[in-house]
Amino acid sequence: MNTHTRQNEVAAEDIERLDADPVNAAWKRKPLYEARKKIFPKRASGRFRQFKWLVMIITLGIYYITPWLRWDRGPFAPDQAVLVDLANRRFYFFFIEIWPQEFFFVAGLLVMAGFGLFLITSAVGRAWCGYTCPQTVWVDLYLVVERAIEGDRNARMKLESAPWTFDKVWKRVSKHAIWLLIGVATGGAWIFYFADAPTLLHNFFVGNAPAVAYMTVGILTATTYLFGGLMREQVCTYMCPWPRIQAAMLDENSLVVTYNDWRGEPRGKHAKKAAAQGVSLGDCVDCNACVAVCPMGIDIRDGQQLECITCALCIDACDGVMDKLGRDRGLIAYATLADYEQNMAIATGGGTHAIDPEKVRDPDGHFHDKVKHFDWKVIFRLRTMVYMTVWAVIGLALLVALLSRDRLELNVLHDRNPQYVLQSNGDIQNGFTVKLLNMIPEPRVIFLSIEGLPGATMTAPGVNQPAGTSLAISVEPDRLREIKLHVTQPKEYIEGAVAKFRLVAEDKSSTERDVYVANFNAPEAR
Amino acid sequence: MSDKHVDEVSGVETTGHVWDGIRELNNPLPRWWLWTFYATIIWAIGYMVLYPAIPMISGATKGVLGYSSRQEVAENLADAKAAQGTFVEQIAATPVEEIEANPELLQFAMAGGAAAFKVNCIQCHGSGAQGSEGYPNLNDDDWLWGGSIDEVYQTITHGIRDPQDDDARFSEMPAFGEMLEPEQIREVAAYVISLSGTPSDAALVEPGKVVFEENCASCHGETAQGDKDFGAPNLADAIWLYEGDEAGVAAQVRQPQHGVMPAWGARLGDTTVKQLAVFVHSLGGGQ
Repeated sequence: MNTHTRQNEVAAEDIERLDADPVNAAWKRKPLYEARKKIFPKRASGRFRQFKWLVMIITLGIYYITPWLRWDRGPFAPDQAVLVDLANRRFYFFFIEIWPQEFFFVAGLLVMAGFGLFLITSAVGRAWCGYTCPQTVWVDLYLVVERAIEGDRNARMKLESAPWTFDKVWKRVSKHAIWLLIGVATGGAWIFYFADAPTLLHNFFVGNAPAVAYMTVGILTATTYLFGGLMREQVCTYMCPWPRIQAAMLDENSLVVTYNDWRGEPRGKHAKKAAAQGVSLGDCVDCNACVAVCPMGIDIRDGQQLECITCALCIDACDGVMDKLGRDRGLIAYATLADYEQNMAIATGGGTHAIDPEKVRDPDGHFHDKVKHFDWKVIFRLRTMVYMTVWAVIGLALLVALLSRDRLELNVLHDRNPQYVLQSNGDIQNGFTVKLLNMIPEPRVIFLSIEGLPGATMTAPGVNQPAGTSLAISVEPDRLREIKLHVTQPKEYIEGAVAKFRLVAEDKSSTERDVYVANFNAPEAR
Repeated sequence: MSDKHVDEVSGVETTGHVWDGIRELNNPLPRWWLWTFYATIIWAIGYMVLYPAIPMISGATKGVLGYSSRQEVAENLADAKAAQGTFVEQIAATPVEEIEANPELLQFAMAGGAAAFKVNCIQCHGSGAQGSEGYPNLNDDDWLWGGSIDEVYQTITHGIRDPQDDDARFSEMPAFGEMLEPEQIREVAAYVISLSGTPSDAALVEPGKVVFEENCASCHGETAQGDKDFGAPNLADAIWLYEGDEAGVAAQVRQPQHGVMPAWGARLGDTTVKQLAVFVHSLGGGQ
């Protein structure tokens, strides 16, 4: 309306449109919930796949075979090499036997496992996730079954959308049945760590095993089937905290599975057509082989992401394609962020233009000298060395502690009430509860003696020996013996309200000994 | 409602309810939730059939399994008894003085005795059996009625001066306040105190000795070593049941106090008393 236009006002077209976009603009809002899209990982083959088979055989082998290994400890201890004997509170690991009060060894091993995880992750990324995590190994095992019954990716996708024919039902039933059997075997192996394996196996099948054994097998069968068969990658993405922690462990020198877009982009199949338009294409032919093999169903070409467990199967898939094309392997490879960025700088002219794959190659087609390639030396840097040192120091400390630990222990507890007893002749008697720990699987005679308490003698009910300064006490193999000890000091020797003296436990055949400094209480001098 | 409204973003039908422009999606229940819910219903039906569930006018339905919590307690108690079974029987069958020779029985009796002691005995003898004035310390080697395990067993079974038990150990020291002059009582008290090496007035000790020999030695003995048959305390040792000074001894001579311990045999049963005897005997002063 021109009538309303005043002087010096600008036309609407002349108002500049600012480049601003609301972060939650209506058009970009998505529902918070997204239904799971089923993943059908294709079978991969190559170096990393072979390594993963090897790791799977070793880890599953350790898990299933360990409880069946025998280790002779003589007639007084179980002969199972690895046994967590909860009922008797003993833990056996080959030549090592741990009592509950020595649990710090296990705590130390857990600390070592923690530092080991830091070390591995800072060196080669989430290798734990990709190769050895039980979730990964069992999913891999379940996929083997799935593939054997239903076929590879395409066949499985076809079956998924097929109607419920007899063939589909039969395949599905047998797949789930085998999965459940693997689940039972998984739970079944677990319980053998807690009891004598052959006995428990027999009892398990004749119905004589304890209820907790059946319950454990039931629960582990359910979780194995659920996690390995049905939930799979969702466990890693949504349930596991480790993917969220990993970012703190990685740095620019960590080797992680990387899509080298400095040589891959621009991607495309039709190099000649592109050349005609003046564009030279990178090595990626956009075949999606890396996506098809991914057990997490992601595209590594989108860069590092939370979901990636670095199983390296995309490396195998891509290397296979590169081999067919006669191009250098390593379009997807283990690379550090530092190397990647340097190569990117070469390919993009320091970020001045889009990726030009010609820039990383010499005219003869080989990579430029300045292009950085995989170098295992990057593993040895200050950070990993620090982790390595801490890990080794804890390990050495545990080893020293293990080799120098006592197998004969003496614990003494003074009676709280009464503190002392006046005898009819004026002597003073103190009561103690003495615990003698014979921590070897052989019976021993332990000599208990008192030192540094003039004139004192002792007796112990149940140990039929005359009063004296020394008692010979037999202790059963691998057992604690608790005795009541009465120490009496004649009145003429008593000096003050508290006297310190030593109780010594000794094995005269091995010269092992343990000393306890105890108090002898007497009434205040009147 | 005739006009169905479908949410644009999710493509899900809404319930038709609108609050401030916000509509509620009519999503079906998650399947896992629904199946869990059905499973709980099936579970509940099974539970109601198997276990007592529906309240009736008197009591409740019994359930097919015939379970009751009262019966479970009874079974647990029976199990606990059965677990002790052989030990209790063995203790019942073993004479008390032979229990200590069997390490397994000894251990069982010690544990059982310690528990029974804490329930029945500590009210007088103290939690550590240390006693107090008028209540003997059971840790020491001074025994009024004998410290062998047999004698301890006898004492616990029948008690001391318990009028309801004919076999209770019984003795009463006469009240010498009516028989002796106050001066004589002072003298004999000084003498008794001197026997355990406590300094006392030498001028009173000599006549006190005469008084003692005439009046006290018949029970307490010539050397005042006591007599366990009468529960007469040893007066020459370092341990005093009542106050161990001249005034205390004089008071006891004038108008003696007598401790009473109830008979436990009938109340606790023979096996428990045996265990108590073993425990007390092991405290350090047993003979």
